[in-house]
Amino acid sequence: MTRLAAHSRYPVRLSLNDTPVEAEAEPRMLLSDFLRHRIGATGTHVGCEHGVCGACTVIVDGMLTRSCLTLAAQVDGCEVQTVEGLAPSPDRLGILQQAFRRNHALQCGFCTAGILMSLDHYLRRNPSPREADIRDLLSGHLCRCTGYTPIIKAALEAAAELAATTEEKSDA
Amino acid sequence: MKPAAFDYIRAEAVDEVLEGLSKEGGNARVLAGGQSLMAMLNMRLARPKVLIDIMRLTELSRIEDRAGAVTIGAGVRQATLLAWPELTRTLPLLALALPWVGHVQTRSRGTICGSLAHADPSAELPLLLVALGGEVHLRSTRRRRRVSASEFFVGMMATARAEDELIEAVSFPAHNGGRCAFREVARRHGDFAIVACAAVATPTGVRLTVGGVADVPMARDWPCLDGSALDDALNGFAHELDARDDVHATARYRRDLVRIIGRDLIGEVLQ
Amino acid sequence: MAQPAARSASVDVERRPWVGRSIERVEDAALLTGRGRFIDDLGTPPGTLHAAILRSPHAHADIVSIDAEAARRAPDVAAVLTGEQVKAMTSSLVVGVKAPVECWPIATERVRYVGEPVAVVVATDRARAEDAADLIDVNYQPRAAVIDPLAALAADAPVLHDGFPGNLASDRSFSYGNPEQAFAEAAHRFSIDIRYPRNSCTPIETYGVIASYEAAEDAFDVLANFQGPFSIHTVISRALKVPGNRLRLRTPPDSGGSFGVKQGVFPYIVLIGAASRAAGRPVKWIEDRLEHLTASVSATNRATKLSAAVAADGRVLALDWDQVEDCGAHLRAPEPATLYRMHGNLTGAYDIRHVRVRNRVVVTNKTPTGLNRGFGGPQVYFALERLMQRIAIGLDLDPLEVIRRNLVPAGAFPYRTATGALLDSGNYQEAIAKAVEQGKLAELMARREEARAQGSLYGIGFTAVVEPSVSNMGYITTVLTAAERRKAGPKNGAQATATVALDPVGGVTVHVASVPQGQGHRTVLSQVVADVFGLKPQDVRVNTEIDTAKDAWSIASGNYASRFAAAVAGSAKLAAERIAHRLARVAASQLNVEPVDIVFAGGFVVSKRNPENRVAFSRVAALGHWSPGSLPDDAGQTIRETVFWTPPELTAPDDEDRINSSLCHGFIFDFCGVEVDRTTFETRIDRYVTMHDCGTILHPAMVNGQIRGGFAQALGAALYEEYAYAADGSFLTGTFADYLLPTTTEVPEPQIIHMETPSPFTPLGAKGVGEGNCMSTPVCIANAVADALGLEDVTLPLVPAKLAGLTRGPEPEPPAGRSSAKPAREGDRRLHGEGSASVNAAPDQVWAMLLDVTTLQAVIPGCQRVDKVSDTHFRADVTLGIGPVTGRYRADAQLFDLDPPNAVTLRGKAEGALGFGDAEGRITLAPDGKGGTKLHYSYDAAIGGKVASIGGRLLDGATRVIIGQFFAALAHQAGGAPAGGFSLFALLRRLANLFGGRQ
Repeated sequence: MTRLAAHSRYPVRLSLNDTPVEAEAEPRMLLSDFLRHRIGATGTHVGCEHGVCGACTVIVDGMLTRSCLTLAAQVDGCEVQTVEGLAPSPDRLGILQQAFRRNHALQCGFCTAGILMSLDHYLRRNPSPREADIRDLLSGHLCRCTGYTPIIKAALEAAAELAATTEEKSDA
Repeated sequence: MKPAAFDYIRAEAVDEVLEGLSKEGGNARVLAGGQSLMAMLNMRLARPKVLIDIMRLTELSRIEDRAGAVTIGAGVRQATLLAWPELTRTLPLLALALPWVGHVQTRSRGTICGSLAHADPSAELPLLLVALGGEVHLRSTRRRRRVSASEFFVGMMATARAEDELIEAVSFPAHNGGRCAFREVARRHGDFAIVACAAVATPTGVRLTVGGVADVPMARDWPCLDGSALDDALNGFAHELDARDDVHATARYRRDLVRIIGRDLIGEVLQ
Repeated sequence: MAQPAARSASVDVERRPWVGRSIERVEDAALLTGRGRFIDDLGTPPGTLHAAILRSPHAHADIVSIDAEAARRAPDVAAVLTGEQVKAMTSSLVVGVKAPVECWPIATERVRYVGEPVAVVVATDRARAEDAADLIDVNYQPRAAVIDPLAALAADAPVLHDGFPGNLASDRSFSYGNPEQAFAEAAHRFSIDIRYPRNSCTPIETYGVIASYEAAEDAFDVLANFQGPFSIHTVISRALKVPGNRLRLRTPPDSGGSFGVKQGVFPYIVLIGAASRAAGRPVKWIEDRLEHLTASVSATNRATKLSAAVAADGRVLALDWDQVEDCGAHLRAPEPATLYRMHGNLTGAYDIRHVRVRNRVVVTNKTPTGLNRGFGGPQVYFALERLMQRIAIGLDLDPLEVIRRNLVPAGAFPYRTATGALLDSGNYQEAIAKAVEQGKLAELMARREEARAQGSLYGIGFTAVVEPSVSNMGYITTVLTAAERRKAGPKNGAQATATVALDPVGGVTVHVASVPQGQGHRTVLSQVVADVFGLKPQDVRVNTEIDTAKDAWSIASGNYASRFAAAVAGSAKLAAERIAHRLARVAASQLNVEPVDIVFAGGFVVSKRNPENRVAFSRVAALGHWSPGSLPDDAGQTIRETVFWTPPELTAPDDEDRINSSLCHGFIFDFCGVEVDRTTFETRIDRYVTMHDCGTILHPAMVNGQIRGGFAQALGAALYEEYAYAADGSFLTGTFADYLLPTTTEVPEPQIIHMETPSPFTPLGAKGVGEGNCMSTPVCIANAVADALGLEDVTLPLVPAKLAGLTRGPEPEPPAGRSSAKPAREGDRRLHGEGSASVNAAPDQVWAMLLDVTTLQAVIPGCQRVDKVSDTHFRADVTLGIGPVTGRYRADAQLFDLDPPNAVTLRGKAEGALGFGDAEGRITLAPDGKGGTKLHYSYDAAIGGKVASIGGRLLDGATRVIIGQFFAALAHQAGGAPAGGFSLFALLRRLANLFGGRQ
């Protein structure tokens, strides 16, 4: 049993986008605040802190996770993926990111990180989604700028492209 | 909007949870998926002194299909149950209704037992437990007991769980071959239900269970009714539920949905 | 000297311009990889403290006392500011009308809306600041609240501000043409009464402020995600008591949406500025979502009565507007601008020459209003376009035909409306014809017939809307009389600014004060300037951060009134052209040609007649740095040019109150088909067609992005969103589970159709396009739903239960033996109940218990202690809980109308961190003839504050449980048993027992 006292700070170690990171946190510190203000991974955004808007969505041990509804202490030792880990290299966008740019699937970009994480997680497991699947998946995210439809188009385009890329690989 | 301070206990054995609950009583809250509790902590609606995290306990994360019942441990997430290959065969009603619970992003973390513990009158899982006549497995350092669904939910966000008890698991009777149906009306997809209804065929007729209207999910068993007898029965039930107005719906609207959807679902189940 | 760099390459001097192409955005790579720089992503100076704000749970109350000592002593707390301290350091915010009224960013002496700041706590981190805020003890004396704008005008309404007698902040009447005669002579008169609800575009990023007071210079350095207009800079500096040049206001590189809303951060700039001054350190505050929904800012709700004088053929001859605008608890700058923004456009897209207007502005106990996408348009068009449909129905005409018969004639532009707007350009008839054809209206009509034949509730709605953009800074002065305006001095125009600079290697930089929040300004400006210089967009770097200490700006700067494409992008073009003009002179002398022969293309400065005679752009551009002496004497400097541009058409209101309130006027024609579900009464948008003429389109994909985004927000306003208040002023929609935004499963793709009629008044021919659907879509959907259900009146949002209530017949009676459901008054949050119990003690024993401190301590749920103030007055500290929701409350109870040992009235209230409650109960005791007592009680209770705004869905149940706890415990203490059979009492007692022992 591990007991962390209310007003003390304890080290939290986790793997962030395949890189080990460590910083101290009080028991009450949210994962969203930990990532942003302790680690400096500010790509994950905070929009409501009650689990509705989806801006803070990250992946913890393969599970889509609202980082505002998760304590930093809960993910000690876990693998966390955030928007900072999506691009294949700093000067190149991934297929999904490119599809977003091509389709103008973002405007202010504040909600985008969470949406990208949900889609990245989903498309890896569901390579040929229907539009209704994408709409169902993304109903857990709020976007105020785009009216959503360019996001759905980008997701479907990316899915098709990813499927084609996978086929090529398996053909090889 | 940050939580008030609390101690955090990461339990590594069920006994540690029980001891913690025994010692801290009402000052402690069990943290499972956190999809309801964490929002309440952030808003400072809940201010426990201690949080006991049970999600590292592998013994609580089992789904067992045994002796005519499916038992789901306290650590089983909603998404895990939804992805369980035996779900449609053993619990077809849950297979129908689980996609209505929150969103993909909350089902991935939220647990079955956590939703039951929270006992939101509009949540789907309490409704399903009542509809199927399931049992909640409670455990403390003092005792182990099982409480039937109808006894477990005693009011809005209030359950029969004593403060030193852990909801260790919940069990649903495995499917008996009868038909079942589920329908929910919410303002938007994924919202808490304005009215949710489940109909289940019983040996003598049908059971209709309604959530979102009264303080707890309410069930009614009827023989095979139709026509005006069914209308009267549904109307009586609708009026008994003590529906109320809120910003999303009126009491009358809720009663209308109970009458209309109830009739549709019973028709589906008894056809 | 001229040495063309590469003779082999040919330069296409007639190449296609970048403007008009949907190039990928320069903003996106950073935003897609988590490298955006929003305010909370930026570092803060070492030692920066964090603020939390304690807010009022009451809609209207006097602050009797504030005890902040415990908070001040709390660990890691640097300062606690209440209204008193803030008042000592600042001046009142400017109020939008002339009246002896003050407006502070924090409550002083009285709170006037739920969520009004009461104290600011500054600590080492946010959580600790919130911990300390919980320790502040505020004693409120509640007053009656008024929520409805018309009720606020009633003679007996509670008055919010003594300086606004009768809650009326402004009352102006206007007459244009001869409306009296038109109404007297018209064949028909149609009227409509509208209640437009409160809503907000709620950006996903909340407000943020980082303020630093620099004592050595008596100056403030503020970073805030403010959006303009920068006229507010003067309001802030005045409130902080420094001249404008000592308020350095900066914006972060990225801002997470605004839609007008982030104008409303300005009171917090004052508040956090004062906190920084008090703490002597930089202070950061990031608004949380509960704060945002409850207390940031809202669009105005409005009560409108609109009448039309109508000829037999459906021609509208005159309009009579009576608008009562509800600006909430304070009239904050720039209000009442929402009401006057549309003043020139009160006739919409129609040629109506006679207009009468009465505009009243009232204050109510709700959050103060401010900028919101559409800004006055949704309110005006909802009335006007609902009325047009009603005229069509009344005259048995096709609604589209009524619209057509009234349109401004195609050849009439520029067209001066009756109320003063100068409609710059358009051809509304052609636009409608295009939309009808391309949007396949005939097919939609057939679909309606088919759906109706199958028993579906299917309807079609139409809207024609003029979308104003680029506001005249002077329109707000229409609220003043002509005499008052003369005294105040002129106010008009729409000063836009842009700076273009060339660096020593020929790189081009553009800076504007447009403060985008996602609209892609940097991309469009790179296109505009690249075209002028013959470069590629990636050669042009654009900076849209603003720093009022260093940058060019004016009071009109900022991102509002859809002014970017029309005004700002045009200014950048003019600035680039000025430099290009000079560079052309330089290049002409180098290439030995006349300046008129010079063009900029393909990265070169080229002779048109001989394209091989050319010089690299970068060489010419760099010359101003490296060899200014070699520039031709008359060319002038070529390093940096700042243009200020204001259109001459935007004049001040004339003496007859005619005002050209906006520079540009786009046209929108929408139609849609909806189906209303017969069971749930949910509205499904089957098809939505939206035709836009926004002048020259600079970036088609971004224009469509604005249309889709506005459409989705408007869909929310039509179907889901309302900032709802209870009759007592409790705010009921404080979370995203209560204030419902549409999601992917609710928003369809609208069919977008374009037509381009350039504006003759803007440098690029562009008009604004950002707000139009927020004006057209809500009423278009409402018209369709009214058509589907055959309703005369519909109110937004189109909540299914509301539509069902209007459409369904009487409810089936409850079965015999059950009383029928109590009719609920809308907005009544008070809860009534009664119950009875048999108690195994004589009435005089029970009576004694009710007056006994020890008994009370035992029966009051979660009671820690009871203090007896007098024999009939008690104070108690209690902890109440529903499930995990627990809070500490201070309770105060008094006994009245004592009739020992037969009856007593108990009146009490409780107040704590989660809100407040009050209740009144009458308890009667009667001997049961068996030595015991029959106890009967009835009560009336209400709960408000935080728990109402975030748990409204569960509130009634919670209230009943808590009241039940008291009476159940009383019966239990007396050894009583509940009365037989089903009773509320039995239920409550069962519930309450489960809370037994909870502390």
